[in-house]
Amino acid sequence: MTAVRWDQVAAGAELAPASYPVTRLSLVKYCGASGDFNVIHWNERIARSVGLPDVIAHGMFTMAQAGRFVTDWAGPGAVVEELGVRFSSPVVVPDDDAGAVITVSGQVEEKLDRNRIVLALTARSGDAKVLTRARAVVRLP
Amino acid sequence: MNREYVGRVYPPGKPYEVSRVKIAEFADAIGDPNPLYRDREAARRAGFADVVAPPTFPIVISMTASGRAVADPGLGLNYAMVVHGEQRFEYQRPIVAGDVLTAEVTITDIRDAGRNALMTTRTRIRDAGGELVCTAHSTLVERGGAAGAQAAGAP
Repeated sequence: MTAVRWDQVAAGAELAPASYPVTRLSLVKYCGASGDFNVIHWNERIARSVGLPDVIAHGMFTMAQAGRFVTDWAGPGAVVEELGVRFSSPVVVPDDDAGAVITVSGQVEEKLDRNRIVLALTARSGDAKVLTRARAVVRLP
Repeated sequence: MNREYVGRVYPPGKPYEVSRVKIAEFADAIGDPNPLYRDREAARRAGFADVVAPPTFPIVISMTASGRAVADPGLGLNYAMVVHGEQRFEYQRPIVAGDVLTAEVTITDIRDAGRNALMTTRTRIRDAGGELVCTAHSTLVERGGAAGAQAAGAP
């Protein structure tokens, strides 16, 4: 992992986008690890019966990819002080081997005192913007 | 949903002991291979006391705690209609293996937004010494849960 230093970061800098796959197996594992067994994340019949297009990913799975994007970029010496998102559209996960892909991108929005920065994040899956108002405050070495 | 539940506080339940195994399981489930979540030496080299939890790990604790509110029959929330609206974490420090944590949940708001009903909660997660570790702010959306939405034939 790279180590980003606060004094080398410029406001406005773009972070290289990263893509993360999500399959039905990902969701089953996330159900077990998180304890969130809401049927809409694993049961297509019930998901459709409540008006969803198909099984959808946990919002927190998508947020976790945003978190990973931040920590991968910032490196092991950084500390995340705040992470917040709005789930603007569901990540629909079809019952096939490919599943869906979540693509996260980001930009250094602002440099703060105490070696902190604000990252503005976006996440897309297919044509949909799945996270909006996504922000992280990170303290860098 | 029952608006009278705004302001209700669910006091901390049984303490949650953060284990290395659980952190690794969670990191596997989100597909994140970061060594800080699995390798104690790597975590120590980075200045942490033990393996670190990923940023969204506190949801495991806050959701268990807020589950008591969600499952409270008096609240009247239909969980199959629930999707996550917003989530924000403020961290005082990273969670590490060995932490013994408790969570206190407050229902901060219940309101309608279009055809949906929104419930926001604030969960304060503290360590064994009573120090604040993380505050989690959640908004859950009950689709078609607005007063009168069912009567109008939704969803």
